[in-house]
Amino acid sequence: MSYKFDFSFLAERWPDFVAGAWLTVQLTVVSIALGLAVGTVCALLRVYGNRWVRAPVGFYVELIRNTPLLVQIFIVYFGLSSLGLKLSAEVSAVIALVVNMGAYTTEIMRAGIQSIQRTQLEAADCLGLTRLQTIVHVVLLPAMERVYPALSSQFVLLMLASSITSQISAEELTATANLVQSDTYRSFEVYIIVAVVYLALSVLYRFGFWLIGLVLFARKRKLGTAL
Amino acid sequence: MIQLNANHLIYLLEAARWTLLLSLIAFVGGSVVGLALALMRVSRIAVVRGAASGYIQLIQGTPLLIILFLSYFGLGIMGYKLVPIVAAGLSLTLYAAAFLGEIWRGCIEAVPRTQWEASDCLGLNRFQQYAYVILPQSVKLAIPPTVGFMVQIVKNTSLASVIGFVELSRAGQIVNNSTFEPFVIFTIVAAIYFALCYPLSLAARALERRSHAGR
Repeated sequence: MSYKFDFSFLAERWPDFVAGAWLTVQLTVVSIALGLAVGTVCALLRVYGNRWVRAPVGFYVELIRNTPLLVQIFIVYFGLSSLGLKLSAEVSAVIALVVNMGAYTTEIMRAGIQSIQRTQLEAADCLGLTRLQTIVHVVLLPAMERVYPALSSQFVLLMLASSITSQISAEELTATANLVQSDTYRSFEVYIIVAVVYLALSVLYRFGFWLIGLVLFARKRKLGTAL
Repeated sequence: MIQLNANHLIYLLEAARWTLLLSLIAFVGGSVVGLALALMRVSRIAVVRGAASGYIQLIQGTPLLIILFLSYFGLGIMGYKLVPIVAAGLSLTLYAAAFLGEIWRGCIEAVPRTQWEASDCLGLNRFQQYAYVILPQSVKLAIPPTVGFMVQIVKNTSLASVIGFVELSRAGQIVNNSTFEPFVIFTIVAAIYFALCYPLSLAARALERRSHAGR
């Protein structure tokens, strides 16, 4: 193999990569938080709502889970702007990621909520908890604890999938890579660097979610056992 | 500017065949490599286990888009210029293999220990144990999640559009460039993807229900 690796462009361009990675982190943290909120509400509606609520939520979930994120991003960015709603690339990216994340989170949270036994709700009633208290303390937190591994994997997948937003010129990590490689013609090196950054980010996210899990689930922190 | 017409629809449907072909390549390639990975993951030799697990961690921690760029632009600059369909097929194979390998490892490990012990007692060697006792039972467990993962493969072929492979998404962009009606066009594209993926999703769910009922 006669190819010589040359990473010298890094000396000049590393701030670009840092800025790109930072935007990736910002985009994904916002999308994860909002997507989790959307998914949790939809999951509650899907389990406890009446037929007229369950059907549209089910339609939303199936629609999103059976179409590619790339096409969803195009519809939000190009489609909505042609209908007169002009959004910046970053805002479009966040909207598409939240809509996408929400559908997957709905399915995961639904599994968790359905695993809460009826007797738990009856016990909460007997203790005189209000409806809101029951939902938060008896349904949502234990449900989330049960499905937390699946949730955090989904969050990491979303972070990796955010690379697709480079296609509508949101200047995140992958778009930065495309820019630098078109300036330097060092595409192999550039994409190796970016792959390593994504790997590091996914390790970092996993660690972060583990820490958040410790804070969120007091029972698990004290006993260390699965529900 | 050209009005959107039936020819555009036919063009999109024809492009959908390339999406299907690419999905097929990825699934077949991913299955072969994935089966090897799954068997490596349950190997008795630590180095083999570690190698497979390292590969899976690496692929699952990197976006598919970057794998595509590496195999198309990266290898191209190193002198191995691949045509888009080969680069896309290769990337999707590597990607699908990591996920299928992990799914199938779970299915192999889900076969009860006693099956291993019983086949040991019958004097079967390692190959016979896999071929006659373990794998036939894990295949049954593996079918629903594998069909479910095929949905992911079909959706992920849309990324091949970024290296210029004209499948459904790229065809949608091309039609959009001449008619400039992105909302309608990408909705049609999404509908075609939905028509390809939804039956698979339904099948996965039905198969899963049936395998639970059997227990």
